[in-house]
Amino acid sequence: MFERLLGLDTDLWDRFAQMQRELDEIFGRALPSAAIRGVPAGTFPAVNVGETTDDVRVYVFAPGLDTDKLEVTLEGNVLSIEGERQESVPDNATVYRNERFQGRFRRVLSLPETVDDERVNATYKDGVLQVVVAKKAEAQPRRIEVKAH
Amino acid sequence: MAESKELTQKQETTPEAQAGAAREVVLVPAVDVLEDPDGLTVIADMPGVSAERLDLRVEQDQLVIEGDLSIEMPAEMQPLYADVRGSHYRRAFSLSQELDTDAIAAEMKNGVLRVRIPKKEAHRPKRIEVQVA
Repeated sequence: MFERLLGLDTDLWDRFAQMQRELDEIFGRALPSAAIRGVPAGTFPAVNVGETTDDVRVYVFAPGLDTDKLEVTLEGNVLSIEGERQESVPDNATVYRNERFQGRFRRVLSLPETVDDERVNATYKDGVLQVVVAKKAEAQPRRIEVKAH
Repeated sequence: MAESKELTQKQETTPEAQAGAAREVVLVPAVDVLEDPDGLTVIADMPGVSAERLDLRVEQDQLVIEGDLSIEMPAEMQPLYADVRGSHYRRAFSLSQELDTDAIAAEMKNGVLRVRIPKKEAHRPKRIEVQVA
């Protein structure tokens, strides 16, 4: 279930990545070294990525979208997600809080090189876009038969 | 250094304990709050929460918004990257006297919750006619 994506903390490198993100948050600026397509914490939409032996799965937390305003493209292993979210505020309304993202967004992710850009599918449910990209056949683990003599 | 000590201590905890601690991370949904002459509207982003997993209630004078994120995913999936590290959303707002808590209506669509809180009839604006003497 979802907790699987939270298990990241067990790995020291991921802990380091999280620390980097927290520092980014505190200082509001990039550290001397960051992923080329990395974004500061809180960027819309939030993204989680996981993999199985057969595919790589990207979960994009983009609620309230029209699927025809959502564009997902994959070129090689570079996935981009583009879209727009507009909320119309009635003229006679007083706005007390306006925290929700508005306008156009674009997020680009580099997936593992083993993905096959010919075999992708995307679904949108409860405001989460799920993109499943199959791994190339040669990247999948093969069982090696041990022959008995 | 305090940080390094804490890091070492954390490593000594079991994976189960760590998973438990991670599950307690509470996600705070981003909200818009608007008021018009007849009432207030709260709009909250709760991606991954279906209508069935939403818990919206009025507790004393608080509007409490809670929900559980649930996404179908293969059990054997290994995480590569995660912005979202919690699975429970919670946010609360204190309401005021003039709001009609019995008439609250809500709608959940594509991970966006809209809550409409009307004002009690007596508190809606009345136009006062100015008589010309």
